[in-house]
Amino acid sequence: MTLDEVPAGQEVTVVDLHLEGAEMQRLLDMGFVDGTRVKVVRNAPLKDPIDIKIKGYLVAIRRNEAKGIEVKTE
Amino acid sequence: MKHGHRDILVGLAGQPNSGKSTIFNMLTGARQHVANFPGVTVEKKWGDYRYDDGKIEVVDLPGTYSLTSYTQEERIARDFILLEQPEIVVVVIDASNLERNLYLAFQLREMDIPLVLCLNMMDVARRRGFKIDTQRLSAALDVPVVPTVGKRGKGRAELKRAIVETCERTDHHPAQWRMDYGGGLEPILVRLETQLRSREHLMEDFSARWLAVKLMENDAEARRILLHHTHDETGQQLCDSVDRLRREFVEEHGKSPEKIIAARRYRTAARIMDDCVSRDKADRRTLTDKIDAVVLHRLAGPIILAAVLFGFYEITMGLGTKLANWCFPYTQRLGEPIAGLFTSSDLLRDGIFQSLVTDGIIGGVIAILYYLPIFFVLFALLAIFEDSGYMARIAFILDRLLRGFGLHGQSTLPMLLGGVIVGGCAIPGIMATRAMKDQKARLTTILIMPLMNCMAKIPFYILIVGIFFASHKGLALYSVSVFSFIVALLVAKVFSRHLVRGETAPFVLELPAYHLPTVGGVLRRAIERVWLFLRKILTVVVAVMILVWFFVTFPGIGTKREVQYDLRMVSARDTLVKKLGTDNRYAGALQGNNLIEYLRFQQRYKEEKLAVGDNNSELRRLTRTFESQNREFFLLANRGRDAEGKIDRDAGKAARALRKFAGTVKKLKFKRRKEMVRDSYAGRFGRSLEPVTQLAGFNWRMNIAITSSFAAKENLVGTLGTIYSAEEGRSGEVGKSIRAAETDWTKRHAVAILIFVALFPPCIPTLIMVKSETGSYRWMFFTAVYPIILGFILAAIAFQIGAIFG
Repeated sequence: MTLDEVPAGQEVTVVDLHLEGAEMQRLLDMGFVDGTRVKVVRNAPLKDPIDIKIKGYLVAIRRNEAKGIEVKTE
Repeated sequence: MKHGHRDILVGLAGQPNSGKSTIFNMLTGARQHVANFPGVTVEKKWGDYRYDDGKIEVVDLPGTYSLTSYTQEERIARDFILLEQPEIVVVVIDASNLERNLYLAFQLREMDIPLVLCLNMMDVARRRGFKIDTQRLSAALDVPVVPTVGKRGKGRAELKRAIVETCERTDHHPAQWRMDYGGGLEPILVRLETQLRSREHLMEDFSARWLAVKLMENDAEARRILLHHTHDETGQQLCDSVDRLRREFVEEHGKSPEKIIAARRYRTAARIMDDCVSRDKADRRTLTDKIDAVVLHRLAGPIILAAVLFGFYEITMGLGTKLANWCFPYTQRLGEPIAGLFTSSDLLRDGIFQSLVTDGIIGGVIAILYYLPIFFVLFALLAIFEDSGYMARIAFILDRLLRGFGLHGQSTLPMLLGGVIVGGCAIPGIMATRAMKDQKARLTTILIMPLMNCMAKIPFYILIVGIFFASHKGLALYSVSVFSFIVALLVAKVFSRHLVRGETAPFVLELPAYHLPTVGGVLRRAIERVWLFLRKILTVVVAVMILVWFFVTFPGIGTKREVQYDLRMVSARDTLVKKLGTDNRYAGALQGNNLIEYLRFQQRYKEEKLAVGDNNSELRRLTRTFESQNREFFLLANRGRDAEGKIDRDAGKAARALRKFAGTVKKLKFKRRKEMVRDSYAGRFGRSLEPVTQLAGFNWRMNIAITSSFAAKENLVGTLGTIYSAEEGRSGEVGKSIRAAETDWTKRHAVAILIFVALFPPCIPTLIMVKSETGSYRWMFFTAVYPIILGFILAAIAFQIGAIFG
């Protein structure tokens, strides 16, 4: 499952990133490393980007990037 | 930049939203300078303070989440630390967001530079229930930790002391602290470190550990450093072996080293959090969560945004314009002492220097100074948006919409400042694009700036709409702004798809916790930006104004015409003398140069009377002063009455004759001016274009107005006034004379002109801004030219279609 498929309000765990270069590095820097709990807080009014809570702060990412973030529920 | 005499150079690093700039202000106070880092448009702020007779210079580095070489900001911050080699780096940490902030601190720690950890926003952390054991934190990282509340100046003395003490410490053992990257990576790193240590002169400047980690992270700059510092092929061999090691690592562990490195850093951060931080409140809904629930709500969010943007627009246009109008008489007066140095004894012509200085330079500078108060209000509101945290939410709401056109959520504010609704200014708009990390979207946003409705276009819209669409003024103005908005979006789409290349940044946008902005912080930033703008613009504007003045003044109207004007002046003067009659007691007072003296006196009197207005006691004082200066002149200027109101019949008669004379002179002057513009280089150019511009219905008069107002569009109505010889400035009058002169104009002429002006090329200061923000003359040239072509083609199409439908 990838992060863009997670409905608003649900919390998931990051498994891996399937991205490259600057995109991947930026997400790593922001804390999207394996084992991190993230919560999809809400979608933007036009459904994209999405608002994510991670490590106690909020960050918006586009669905396109969220597609590259593999997550699991539990 | 020169550092001059300095004792300690401090680099101030930190993540965005860590309160870094408040710490910078806390340390340096008012002693600050702003410029750009060399060769880029990233703002560089530096300042200094004294401590124990030593000078401490602080450089505020760009706020960055990490220190990779992927973004300009990170490269700048990193290069500063590596190349300028500050004695010490202070890393500002948001105490309420410790885990992510430590991630950056680790990387700085790895660079082997003396470091002080400034644990900022302690109040916010405390409010959210965090208790941080600063001693344990200090021990865990082996660096001094100073808790602060930058907003209130708390911890200032302690931080200053820590900076000096850390610099003076001689027992600094850099390599003692090590991040453990785990069993898979550590042996590789150690091996790389050993290989790197053998290159001695490389090791003088760089830490082996840091370089080894960066090489494994596949950092392009680290490779460049390695190749640059080794002069034989061993550098390349080392790079190749790094590539091999990375490949093997991925095969063995199934993940790239950079993933492991980031994960280990975050794991260490979490461990330190467990160790040093306790929390006495559960993680409940914060104020930010509650505000976001409303502000980012699916339905309420966009409505609130529209209201906020409307308010923003109302305040800048309303308050800003009011402030500008209030200040303008004072700014205007700034030029008077200089203009006063040049007075012509010729009633018909200004001296060449007088015209250059007053029309060219002072006129141009003052026209720009007029906008400063509006910019000030704009920048202050901008700072409030940024500091409060709402700016990021705007981008969040609008990103999807704008992305479709090659723009970015963060393009909203620049476009708004540029006047996407109606009435803005491209210069602050372009300056606001600095916040955009996505270089491609940023460049696209800059390029469409000229298509926004800058304030200088508005008087012209009103003029044309007033003549041709008097019954639907509002609707017509609204259509103009909608039209330009649609064109801008389409142009953006074309540009971003086919023209603009550049670093696209991933859209990873922090939505920072809401903060109440401080008055001091907002004012400081507004003043700073206004100042930056002034410095950049004024010098160039002066140079350009001189050029434009040259093209609308020369070659002049030729001696023959000048002699004819002289003759008409002589005859006007003869009429004056005849009207006065020989027995008028005032005839003598107006002979020779006295006439000019008198006209100046009268001008001065008129102006000061106007300034006094209805205040009777002031008025009486004024009349008495003028009477005591020159009684004869005063009687003439006051229509034959003295200060007590007693009428002198001779003076009354002379005053009437003088008024008539002055009127004739004014008319002649205007006529000559009009002729000069027509025959100037700019005028000739405009006339030579007529065959082409006819396609869009523009005649040579319009062409001249357009070419000569290229320097600053606010001159457009004024130039039209000159050309159609109406009273300068008053648009009602200009409208009437255009009507009278262009009887064959119809609505399709008006539509064509409106279209063209809506897409008018940007003014010179904007072009200079484009150059400095894109770093390219090519883009500057492009921004100057494409609106003309596009505007003309669209205007011509509209005009021709109009012809078909009559």
